[in-house]
Amino acid sequence: MTTSDVQISGRQAGFLLDVRAVAGRALRQIPREPSSVIPAVFVPAFFYTVNLGALENLAQRSGGFNYKAFLIPMAIAFAVTGMSRAPALVTDIQGGYFDRLCLTPVRRSSLLLGLMVADVVVLIALCIPVLVMGFAVGVRFETGVVGMLVFVSICALWGLVFTGFPYAVALKTGSPAAVNACFIIFFPLFFLTDAVVPKGALTGWFSHIVTYNPVTYLLGSLRSLITAGWEPSILLEGVAAVIGIGAVSMTLAFWALRGRVSSGS
Amino acid sequence: MAAAQADSAAKEAAVLTSGLVRRYGPVTAVDGIDLAVRRGEIYGFLGPNGAGKSSVVRVLCTLLRPSEGRVCVAGFNVVEEPKEVRVRIGVALQEAALDDGQTGRELLALQGRLYGLDRSQIRARLNQVLALVDIGAAIDRRIGTYSGGMKRRLDLAAALVHNPQVLFLDEPTTGLDPISRASVWAEIRRLNVELGMTIFLTTQYLDEADALADRVGIIAKGRLVAEGPPDALKRSMGQDLIVAEVRGDDPTALTKLADLTGIDAVTQEGDQIIVSTSDGAAWLSPVALTLGTTSLAVCSLTLRTPTLDDVFMELTGSHMEEKVIR
Repeated sequence: MTTSDVQISGRQAGFLLDVRAVAGRALRQIPREPSSVIPAVFVPAFFYTVNLGALENLAQRSGGFNYKAFLIPMAIAFAVTGMSRAPALVTDIQGGYFDRLCLTPVRRSSLLLGLMVADVVVLIALCIPVLVMGFAVGVRFETGVVGMLVFVSICALWGLVFTGFPYAVALKTGSPAAVNACFIIFFPLFFLTDAVVPKGALTGWFSHIVTYNPVTYLLGSLRSLITAGWEPSILLEGVAAVIGIGAVSMTLAFWALRGRVSSGS
Repeated sequence: MAAAQADSAAKEAAVLTSGLVRRYGPVTAVDGIDLAVRRGEIYGFLGPNGAGKSSVVRVLCTLLRPSEGRVCVAGFNVVEEPKEVRVRIGVALQEAALDDGQTGRELLALQGRLYGLDRSQIRARLNQVLALVDIGAAIDRRIGTYSGGMKRRLDLAAALVHNPQVLFLDEPTTGLDPISRASVWAEIRRLNVELGMTIFLTTQYLDEADALADRVGIIAKGRLVAEGPPDALKRSMGQDLIVAEVRGDDPTALTKLADLTGIDAVTQEGDQIIVSTSDGAAWLSPVALTLGTTSLAVCSLTLRTPTLDDVFMELTGSHMEEKVIR
């Protein structure tokens, strides 16, 4: 042991370094747990193929629009929604590792933000196979490469926003079953939209619900980038819908984090 | 003036608690504990399961907020300045809190980054703590493949990466085999002697506290019932104990033994009669002869010095070791 070794002592690293350290750990875990991302690659491809096979002829007879392009936002939403490190966070909580992290001088918010940064990296990566699938069947972006980048950014933002729900549940309950149950939120949000059938073709109560479902506007904005070109008002509606849901999900997540790390419990 | 003195005492002590209370709803787990652990000391915090040891440690480590009382660690108040406390303490909790998916090296490096160490500092500290805890080549294997003893040692290394001033070890040898246990004991001694590190050690093993601690605090039902160097606590019981294992029932036996001159105290616990005396060797024969005059059958007669379990028995009315399953 040298004197200099002894003189090394801990200090607060700083917020960005904390976030980077937590995100780095989360990203290292992902290739070691491929089962956590494989479904997010295959499920969108499955639903895209099934819906295309079942409804493409019908869609073309009723309006003659490009159904292959129409379905891409649905497929990508399947890829990025619900993909988070929340199950790993539950494992940390149950195994006591979360306590070990809380014993360090790390800022509490970075314990969650670090995971979210890692999620964004994964979400962007998950957009790639869906886009490749779309290109393979002839889908092209009316807005070009820039539009495609905006498309991926909105998808990643949406995926990030949705992670707030499983993180909130993970931090509040520490239960893997409860985190898995979060996927239930996905069904009404996605199937009560114009994800597979154009809004104009919907009628009755379903049409009303679709109008009030914010995810409808997310899908509309993504679709506009592929099929309609630059439509600022449609894009803004989509982004506003995402931000609205994000305000709820992130409030819940950080409120749950505060409860979990509060040393009064 | 009194407040200034209290502040000065808090700065000088490694751990200082005053009237520490911790409640969980209606249950009071820690009931008014006053502790003063000096810097550079190994303090053994002893008590059976459920006595409140872990609650005290979690408060000292900033994981729990005290319900009442003032608590300072490494000179900082755990409620008002928790980050200052966290920078200065290392903690190995009761269950080794590790991430099975990382390698040992990754876990220690992450720990170093969270304590603000740069790359070269992390490398230097890893070399140092790995030499200390003897994990060998397994450091580059996933933690999920480690044995229980290796996990404990890695947990200890993680607690040491940032060179803490005060090290909290919550039952560090529970569940370890005798060899791993001896190795952890040696590491604790070395940290204290070589680095002057203050070590706050909770344990339910009396021999562990006896062997390692400069001073011992005994906690029962959330209260500190005794405190002092192990030898002093044992001496407070008398010099020697003569223990007779007996069968049968004779109410006169205790009276006859107590009437012997030179006998300090006589107690019975189940089948054991315990005679406390200042000179056990001299009084062994008279005790045997006296028992021979009763209707009791004497199975064995042992002369021994008092243990911390005897201290615990004296203070709480029950044995601690009976509650511990190794």
